[in-house]
Amino acid sequence: MIRIVLTGIACLWAASATAAIDIQEVTSENGHEAWLVEEPSIPFVNLELRFEGGASLDPEGKRGATNLMVGLLEEGSGEMDARAFIAAQESLAASFSYDVGDDMVTVSARFLTENMDEAIALLRQSLVEPAFDDASITRVKGQVLSAIQADSTDPDTIAAKAFTARVFGDHPYGSMIQGTAESVEAITREDLVAAKEAAIVTSRAHVGAAGDISAEELGELMDTLFEGLPADGPPLPEAVEVETEADTEIVPFDTPQSVAVFGHAGIDRDDPDYFAAYVMNQILGGGGFEARLMTEVREKRGLTYGVYSYLADKDHADLVMGRVASANDRIAEAIEVIRAEWRRMAEEGVTQDELDQAKTYLTGAYPLRFDGNAPIANIIVGMQTQDLDPDYVNTRNDKVDAVTIEDVRRVAARLLKPEELLFVVVGQPEGLEAEVSQ
Amino acid sequence: MRIAAAMLSAVALWAMPGQAQSIDEAVTTFTLDNGMDVVVIEDNRAPVVTHMVWYKAGAADEEPGVSGVAHFLEHLLFKGTDNMEPGEFSEVVAANGGDDNAFTSYDYTGYFQRVAADRLSLMMQMEADRMVNLNLDEEDILTERDVIIEERNQRVENSPSALFGEQRNAALYLNHPYGTPIIGWRHEMEALDLDDALAFYERHYAPNNAILVVAGDVTPDEVRDLAEEHYGPLAANPELGPRERPQEPPQTAPRRLTFEDPRVSQPYVIRSYLAPERDPGAQEEAAALTILSEILGGGQTSVLSRDLQFEEQVAVYSSAFYSGTSYDDASFGLIVVPQDGVTLQEAEDAMDASLARFLEEGVDAEQLERIKFQLRAQQIYALDSSGGIARLYGTALTSGLGVDDVEAWPDILQAVTEEDILSVARNVLDLDQSVTGWLMAPEPQADAAEAQPEVTQ
Repeated sequence: MIRIVLTGIACLWAASATAAIDIQEVTSENGHEAWLVEEPSIPFVNLELRFEGGASLDPEGKRGATNLMVGLLEEGSGEMDARAFIAAQESLAASFSYDVGDDMVTVSARFLTENMDEAIALLRQSLVEPAFDDASITRVKGQVLSAIQADSTDPDTIAAKAFTARVFGDHPYGSMIQGTAESVEAITREDLVAAKEAAIVTSRAHVGAAGDISAEELGELMDTLFEGLPADGPPLPEAVEVETEADTEIVPFDTPQSVAVFGHAGIDRDDPDYFAAYVMNQILGGGGFEARLMTEVREKRGLTYGVYSYLADKDHADLVMGRVASANDRIAEAIEVIRAEWRRMAEEGVTQDELDQAKTYLTGAYPLRFDGNAPIANIIVGMQTQDLDPDYVNTRNDKVDAVTIEDVRRVAARLLKPEELLFVVVGQPEGLEAEVSQ
Repeated sequence: MRIAAAMLSAVALWAMPGQAQSIDEAVTTFTLDNGMDVVVIEDNRAPVVTHMVWYKAGAADEEPGVSGVAHFLEHLLFKGTDNMEPGEFSEVVAANGGDDNAFTSYDYTGYFQRVAADRLSLMMQMEADRMVNLNLDEEDILTERDVIIEERNQRVENSPSALFGEQRNAALYLNHPYGTPIIGWRHEMEALDLDDALAFYERHYAPNNAILVVAGDVTPDEVRDLAEEHYGPLAANPELGPRERPQEPPQTAPRRLTFEDPRVSQPYVIRSYLAPERDPGAQEEAAALTILSEILGGGQTSVLSRDLQFEEQVAVYSSAFYSGTSYDDASFGLIVVPQDGVTLQEAEDAMDASLARFLEEGVDAEQLERIKFQLRAQQIYALDSSGGIARLYGTALTSGLGVDDVEAWPDILQAVTEEDILSVARNVLDLDQSVTGWLMAPEPQADAAEAQPEVTQ
């Protein structure tokens, strides 16, 4: 599935004079790096870890290994079985969550300052010494298989699966990170050990912390936490070119409302026109009722509850994506309107009014995102995964403000390609000329 | 909360001045002359404010026959007033770098904006305007009715789980409007018109039926001044009557239902029991139920998870749920998702056996202590999100509770004993007041090909 990596949202910061946020760059004795926003007023810490690589590191034929491995990190480690591990977390009122996407393993931890050392020891145990015992493997495989089963009749997942398979083929992005029932059944304990050694490695770790912890404490914390983890993992996947054509593919599914995902190739985050593209998308299909897609599809015609588009910048591929859902007898009209808006934007760009409004919104909304330890820890780790500088928080709004109407027109013409806009529709759509897949 | 403060006293010494050290300390409440309640939650860490207006009016306050009108009206409040064009409200919020939205539940409808703290006055001005000056035309109504029907398609019609939930809810409440879906029954939504929406608006939208909640970088004095300026001049609705809904009769028979849908790929069994809610000055039972739901189904260390997932290995997932913040009778629920090869009957039997054992063996003291410690820690974690505290107060105050009840709640939770938990479990886990539902795909039909006479070459 294409995860909605809201790159633009996760990593942007205001240039306003009120930018009270102070990002410290911390390097530990052992050379581990982190970003810290110290906030001693509430006695707890949010810690975010990102390990680059993620499910795309699954070896050939072992699809789902990284996902299953991550699911097992909290199911027993060291001397503790699954329930003892959770009970230990509960006794500390700490919470750890482990997640995986195409490009990243994510670990989020929240713990009280008063028992920070115990919490970190417990978190380390789960990352360094997971048990992967047979009973837990069987139990968690059952949960994954149940999720795969449930996804098999979920219109959104069906749509994502068909879209990514068509766009990415054999590349890891072309299949679901959970794997298939068959591939999951076949995963062994050895596969899980290998998946952990590949995905949880210190040279690909990014760390963000916010809360009641000093730079010195954070340095010590990292040296403790990462002790015993491998330094490096296998090579990351190749970059992939996205190539699509203006098809509409229907996946028949008996449900009253059709779900459509759409998209084509996108723009790299390092592209000089990235900010122009970001602002352009805000006007086309960004959040809010003012975006053209919402205005045309929902507000004027009542064809949907929600429609949006976004820049989906993955580590090894860039797309512009979107989603809409409409009753089976109305989806054809919704798609027609979206295609027309895509073309109108590509051909005409935006008005000065639209541009000014979008800029005011984006620059004004930026500082609002930094309103708690939890969001701050997320933002500063996200910035690192995108190779941004801490000072970015002070320059980001200037970059938005610098976008001109010509920039938007140029990037819209270059980026939006009606002749490549692929729709995958799941449902029983009426009046759509399309190829039907099973 | 006090216990937590004592335990953390060493750390509290480092605290910076100005930042609240407990929820009570962060919160100030007062009432305007026209009856509008105001809650201010101070958090000065970022120059941001959340401005919310909550109405004590939700889907359960609708008249029979117009289900969904509370939610429909919520959408229509973005459609213009005597002073603003349709859509202008959100445009102005966005032009000020803010986000806005709204939500509808059984007991409340809420509207909120998140903006830079210096835009609070403008938000209040616009919110006060649409409290009394709504101006709708027929065309807005028709387009927006299509939108809410698509919303129903998305949330309900496309989800067998949601359709199943509607049927179970309707069976759980024999008489109370909690049995009607918030979004509305489809056939009634399709007939909603301007008069229906305006009738609900006239009756329920008034300052003496609303709660203003402001959270973030503000002081209570600033909020008081601005609230008096913008909301103060609005007249109270003198006709606002007591909030009375049809109540449940004694429930005397277990209800069962099986919902079949070909789109179901993971069957499960779910049971809901009618359960008491938090009442003003009487939250003890609800507190015991809150902890009971943690004991029975709050994650891997819970009773159901231990028995069904780890020991008997009949379930891939189990949980318990209860939310006591409700104006009228709430519900206590249990869910079991069976493993492949385990029938729903076997899953249900295992769940019942687990409940019976729990009632016999009682509460694990260590588990109870862990739950209580987490609840105390939650009082600290909650300080990270003033928006979260705002929601806490908004839901409580629109569900019949007072500020004193909200403040007393953490201590009441800490005071719950093992005996309280068992006693409330015995009372509430009563099949006569329950609905048990099975969600499953239809049994496969005999294959048509097999029904044909065999043909060989």
